[in-house]
Amino acid sequence: MSTSTIHDIGYRHYDGRRNGRAYVLRSLFVHNLRAAYGLGRPARAKVMPFLLGAIMLLPAAGSVAVFAVTDRPETLMRYSSYPPNLQVIIAIFLATQAPVLASRELRFRVVPLYFSRPVGHLDFVVAKLAALVTALFALMAVPVTVLYVGGLVTKAPDPGDQLLRYLGALLGCALFALVLSAIGMVVAAFTPRRGFGVAAVIAVYMVSTAVVLIVQGIAEQETNFTLSGWMGLFAPFNLVDTVQVRLLGASKSSVQVAPGTGAGVVALALCAVIVLGSVAVLYRRFRKAGLS
Amino acid sequence: MPIIATQGLTMRFPRVTALDDLSVAVEPGVVGLVGANGAGKSTLIKILLGLLPPSAGTASVLGLDIAAEGARIREVVGFMPEYDCLPPDVSATEFVVHMARMGGLPPSAARERAADTLRHVGLYEERYRPIGGYSTGMRQRVKLAQALVHDPRLVFLDEPTNGLDPAGRDEMLDLIRRIGAEFGISVLVTSHLLGELERVCDHVVIIDGGKLLRSQAVAAYTEASGVLTVEVDEGGDRLGRLLREQGAAVREEGRLLVVDIAGEPTYDLVRDGVADLGLRLIRMEQRRHHIEEIFQDGPGATAARAPAEAVSAPRPGVPGTGPEGAPR
Repeated sequence: MSTSTIHDIGYRHYDGRRNGRAYVLRSLFVHNLRAAYGLGRPARAKVMPFLLGAIMLLPAAGSVAVFAVTDRPETLMRYSSYPPNLQVIIAIFLATQAPVLASRELRFRVVPLYFSRPVGHLDFVVAKLAALVTALFALMAVPVTVLYVGGLVTKAPDPGDQLLRYLGALLGCALFALVLSAIGMVVAAFTPRRGFGVAAVIAVYMVSTAVVLIVQGIAEQETNFTLSGWMGLFAPFNLVDTVQVRLLGASKSSVQVAPGTGAGVVALALCAVIVLGSVAVLYRRFRKAGLS
Repeated sequence: MPIIATQGLTMRFPRVTALDDLSVAVEPGVVGLVGANGAGKSTLIKILLGLLPPSAGTASVLGLDIAAEGARIREVVGFMPEYDCLPPDVSATEFVVHMARMGGLPPSAARERAADTLRHVGLYEERYRPIGGYSTGMRQRVKLAQALVHDPRLVFLDEPTNGLDPAGRDEMLDLIRRIGAEFGISVLVTSHLLGELERVCDHVVIIDGGKLLRSQAVAAYTEASGVLTVEVDEGGDRLGRLLREQGAAVREEGRLLVVDIAGEPTYDLVRDGVADLGLRLIRMEQRRHHIEEIFQDGPGATAARAPAEAVSAPRPGVPGTGPEGAPR
């Protein structure tokens, strides 16, 4: 063999340190987070996430610019309504990137390689979900932060109140990221072909949002605002917005949110059910794939 | 200490029994696991990795119990699946480094080991390109590299030569031999071709329908069922007649003569016969066996048929009669 000279270096055993579970979990998280933004991958994998990230920044930057020129506080967008207002962009990000994390390693059957190593099933799922949550949080929190910092620099009125609302919005962003990732991952994990995965995630978002909007429209015609509010729990953005409005003191950005603090608690509980349910479903899905 | 030991290992699925009361123990070295497709080879590997609990029986890998110490086992073994298991959009380097980290190697060690291992399996400049553009041979090398990168004590290689052309097959077999001999890592390699395992293995285990057919050193196999293929330019029928007159068992298969090897004298017989008749000898080689042939005269396959042959075949308990007649 022409390569024999190089083979002559000989095999060396590894007697160095082997790190434990926490390190493996962290490596897995970082790997998946990089994958969510196409890092370590060809340029075309980076196009979508970074393009969408840039689009997310535009309204924030524009809003700050307009405020700087006009000095009218109402031109600054509300922090808490940033994700709901840009929900289409966020949904597209979720649809294109959730399959990268959830179904790519299923489709190419990489999953068994993990479980033939000291990688736990639950760790694997949690790392993947956490990576997508972090990616989505960054997508939303960065422009919201730009908005806040821009407001500070251009001396928006009442900085104390601004800070409180900003922190509340960050919590909201985290909740948006959790709920959306949980839904996106499950849908993508059951549609192994990437194209179908993208379509399926978009479809789930569009159908749920459209159906809720239609029912809400009819309910508002009938002046049944309570029904309209409760219906909002069935659309992901409206659901988290309910928590923002009822528990975090934000103004509503959706058509209608359910009334009372109790509705916020119900909405938050529903979010928890979605996230935990998603972990359970993904756990079973990947465990099965690990044996194929 | 045996690297793998199973006692009464049974695996039943709703429709099929993949493993049926399998008891076998193998010593360190390169061990072949042979069986037809669906014989239970991949199932056995999954059980040995501690991923699939068996329906009954116990097993240990490197002295670790599969039921209680599965996680420990997975730290010290490597696994190369039979199917394609590589993401197309990352480079071999990126992928193997990631897999090294999944084995607990710190970042710098992971990079170093990945580079070393990829070089050992014969991937050089191409390792920086995305795996999607690789040939089957290169993909098999990446699969092998990820199984070795964390320096396991034992690797499971499931059908590593699948889909390779003859040259690629030879290179892969050489690599497997080197893993066992130079790297000092024990290997369990599966194949449905006994012939190729004869070349690299110290010991071969044959399973069929989940049952143990045989488990013995390689030398014993070539001895037991060795036949000689003789091809001459012309006059094959005359040679066949001559050999038969001298008491050799000869069959004709097209242009070839197939002679049962009764021992060293058989080679002399053929050589002298060819010389006496003045024929041009094209080749004379020991035939590569396919698993099916072993099945036909193996114990337990068809107990009713050909009992004499089955009994005459060396059994694991009987010491082999030496390496004579086994040129490899």
